[in-house]
Order: sequence, then C-alpha cells, then structure tokens
Amino acid sequence: MSHPEQLLPHGRVLRYEFKERMNHWVAAGSFIYLMLTGLAFWSPWLFWIASALGGAELSRMLHPWIGLVFFVSVCYMFALWSSQMNFDSVDAAWWRSLNHYIRNEDDKMPPAGRYNAGQKLLFWSFFIGAILLLASGVVLWFTESLPWSLRWVRYISVVVHAGTALLLIGNFMIHIYMGVFAERGAFGSVIRGDVSLAFAKRYHPGWYKEIVGNSDRSK
Amino acid sequence: MSQATLRIQKISGHAGTVPGEDTQREFTVCKLVDTTTCIGCKACEVACVEWNDMPFSQTTFDNTYQTMPDTRWNYWNLILFNEHEREDGTLQWLMRKHQCMHCAEPGCLEACPADGAIVQYTNGVVDFQQDHCIGCGYCVTGCPFNIPKFNNVTKRMYKCSLCTDRVSQGLEPACIKSCPTGCLHFGSKDDMKFLAEKRAKQLRDHFGYENAGVYDPPGVGGTGVIYVLHDATKPELYGGLPSNPTIPLAVKFWKHPLKWLGNVALVGGLIGLFAHYLKFGPKAHDESDAASKEGD
Repeated sequence: MSHPEQLLPHGRVLRYEFKERMNHWVAAGSFIYLMLTGLAFWSPWLFWIASALGGAELSRMLHPWIGLVFFVSVCYMFALWSSQMNFDSVDAAWWRSLNHYIRNEDDKMPPAGRYNAGQKLLFWSFFIGAILLLASGVVLWFTESLPWSLRWVRYISVVVHAGTALLLIGNFMIHIYMGVFAERGAFGSVIRGDVSLAFAKRYHPGWYKEIVGNSDRSK
Repeated sequence: MSQATLRIQKISGHAGTVPGEDTQREFTVCKLVDTTTCIGCKACEVACVEWNDMPFSQTTFDNTYQTMPDTRWNYWNLILFNEHEREDGTLQWLMRKHQCMHCAEPGCLEACPADGAIVQYTNGVVDFQQDHCIGCGYCVTGCPFNIPKFNNVTKRMYKCSLCTDRVSQGLEPACIKSCPTGCLHFGSKDDMKFLAEKRAKQLRDHFGYENAGVYDPPGVGGTGVIYVLHDATKPELYGGLPSNPTIPLAVKFWKHPLKWLGNVALVGGLIGLFAHYLKFGPKAHDESDAASKEGD
C-alpha cells in the first residue's frame, strides 16, 4: 500500500496530479458561473449579476451549456475519485468527533484517509446534485417544448433545480472556506498539487501512512 | 407591446417598489365572452392577427371548426371547439374564445425573473415587454392557462396584450371590435360582471340552462376575461378551461417559502463561516512536524 512515488523533495507530497487539478478548476469555473447566473435568476435583488456578466439574455443562453460542462467535469471527477469516496468506520467516528473538527482540535480527530468524511460527503453531494440539476435543468432549458399534459414535470423541475442549487451553494461556501481560509496549504494542493508532509500527517494521517508506509523517507 | 400612457402596478423580477404605483386611478378593464352566442366565425382571430401585425399562420384541419390545436407566439386568440354529447344524447357545440386571461394575480409575472419583462398595468392588463424578456420560459411554468408562447428565433415569449395600444387610447380590443354577434363585450370589470350575471340569469330563467353561470376564477384573483357558460359547473368542457385555476403550488413554494428559506440559509451560512474564522481562526499545524518524527 505504500506509494513512495508520491513523495516529493523538500518534505512535500503530491496530493493532486495534473488531471485532477485541471478537472477541479473546470468544475470550479463552470460552477461559479452557474452559481452567479443562477443567483441572478433566483432573486430580483441579484439580477444585476447577470447584467455584469453580459446581460441576462446571454446568461440564459449560456447557463445550460456551461451546465453541461459542469456535469461532464463532475462525471470525470466521479471517474477519478469515486473509488476513494466510500464511507468506512473511520468516517463514522469522524462524524462523532465533528465538534473537535469545528474547534480546530485536529489532534483529537480519528485518522482520516486521503479524504475525510466531510470531503466525501461534499463529493457525493456534488455528484448527486449534478445529476438532479442536469435532469431538472434540461426540462427548464426546453421548457416550452413540454406538452401541457406534462406540466407537472415543469413544476417538479423548478423546485428541484432551485432546491438542489441552494444545497450545493451551501456546500460550496463551506468548501471555499475550508480550502482557502481555514486549512492552510489546502488551496496550494489544488493549484500546485503538493502539500507538506506535516499537512498530510495532521489532516490525513491514514493517507500519510499509506504514502510513507515503510519507506525510509523519514531518515 | 406599447406602454402608451398606462401606469404600472406590478413588475416582474423587480427589486424594490413599483415606480409610479398608485399615482393614477384606473378602471379595471375586462373582456366578457358570452359562449352561448358565439358562432365560431373566427372574426376575432383574424382581427387579432391583423391588428397586431402578425404574419399569416398555417392552419390545421382536424375535422372540427377549430383553426389550430393551440395558440402560437404569433396567434394569440383561438376559438376552441368541442362537440359535446349531453346526457340525453343530443349534441351541443361549445365554442370558447381562448386567449390570455389577464389574471389579477398573474402566475407568469410571479414566475418571471427578468426585471420588467412582464408588467401589470393599473387597468389590470398583463403585458409582456419583449425588450426585457430573456426567454427563460418560467412564465410557461407559472401560467395556469397555457398561454405564453416561445418564439425560437427571437428567443422571447409572446401572448395577447389585450390590445394595450388600443385600450390606452380609449379603443376596445381588436377582437371585440370585430365580433358580429355581440358575444364579445369590453368595459370595466364591474360593468362586465353585471352584464354577465344578467345574461347568466336570463339563461337560467328563460332558456333552460339551469347551471348557466359566470366564469371569473377567484383562485387567480379573478380574471380580465370572464365567460358566460351554459354550464358553469363543467368549465373543462370548453377546451379544458380549468375549474379552479391557481398559480401552481410548486411556483408558490419556489417563490415564497423556498426563497426565504434559501436566502436566510445562504446569508446565515456566510455570517456563520465568518464568525467561525473570527472565533477559531484557521487550522494550524506545525510545519516542522514533518517527516523528522515520522517513521517511528
């Protein structure tokens, strides 16, 4: 189980390879556009966002296409990461210790693997959310083509689309907060790909062990 | 369409108050359609297409007296035809002039996200402003009468404007003007209600239509088009006129509780995250606690 090839010089360790980072930013860029234009349609008080992004007609035209980009990107994420996202017994213990996690008492947390339980939940929420948004979004995209007898599909779609988007925006806010502000080194990992061994050991001890394993790197 | 001199009382997708609200008093206008005297001549259909300067539209023959299956983006007014077999086996031809109902509480306007794309004038007319329309189609979801229609070329929605350009100049709508039997009337809502009830009573008292009545559905706050029906207990017979139309529950839920819940959750979440940072700060780890101690 040892992955010494992920060890980099100067006490660094590779966390995300190029394809993971690239895909992350395709998803991030498309999600941010979808969120902003979506919020513009969500509330009259935010309609100005669409004006700032080139006008609401353009937003209405591009939102579905960017949505497809986002969906494809999430599918690729699924291909890359889903095998590492299964919940296990450590995750159950992790949830029980959430209180410590919130208080930044990471030394009291059960040893998370490459992803902790919160990250796994984020992953699945985005994967399932993307499917729901695509399904309801296609209905809203071609809403006028739907026959009158199937109008209930439209009714379900507007609620599902808005509700799912709200949940994902909530998760997105937590994700940004954790990645950019709360966990130093996390943002760099998805830009340059590496974290320090100290970072790995502190936040992802299971993963750390997996990489360092029996290698004599520590000498 | 043209706003002319009309004041506005409701604006779609609009943040804040309605400019000019309550600065002018107007009669609520209303079309009265007496289905019992409609002969299905289609003069109103032609007048609508003519006045609103819309191109000739291909018709569909389906062995009835109906011009086409449904209204189109450039065909706002359609006589729906139904050959109804009564309980005693006799036939009855039901014809209803189908167009935008100009609801007092318009579902299209409620659902529309584009600022000013749908307005309701002080006289009650609900009007689409295509220059502000973004073509999202939410009005289709909001409407309980299947009225707004999409133009795939201009990417905008269209429907009956109640001849706003004529009405604002004191004229009656083109359809009313063209009706040869006098089954169409136009005036203030109060006058039309009075006339409609009088006609319904006449039908009940003298013509044997004991269920004759007026269709002015309260679920959408009443409509700017009201019908006299031979049988007001079965409006569905008249080309699927809904018996109790309301703004769809999903649209109400989406635009009210979900919106408030969502806004509170999002703003609360932002404040919560900021407060978390102030209280607990970033997670800290000792960078020197690297490989040196590991491996033991």
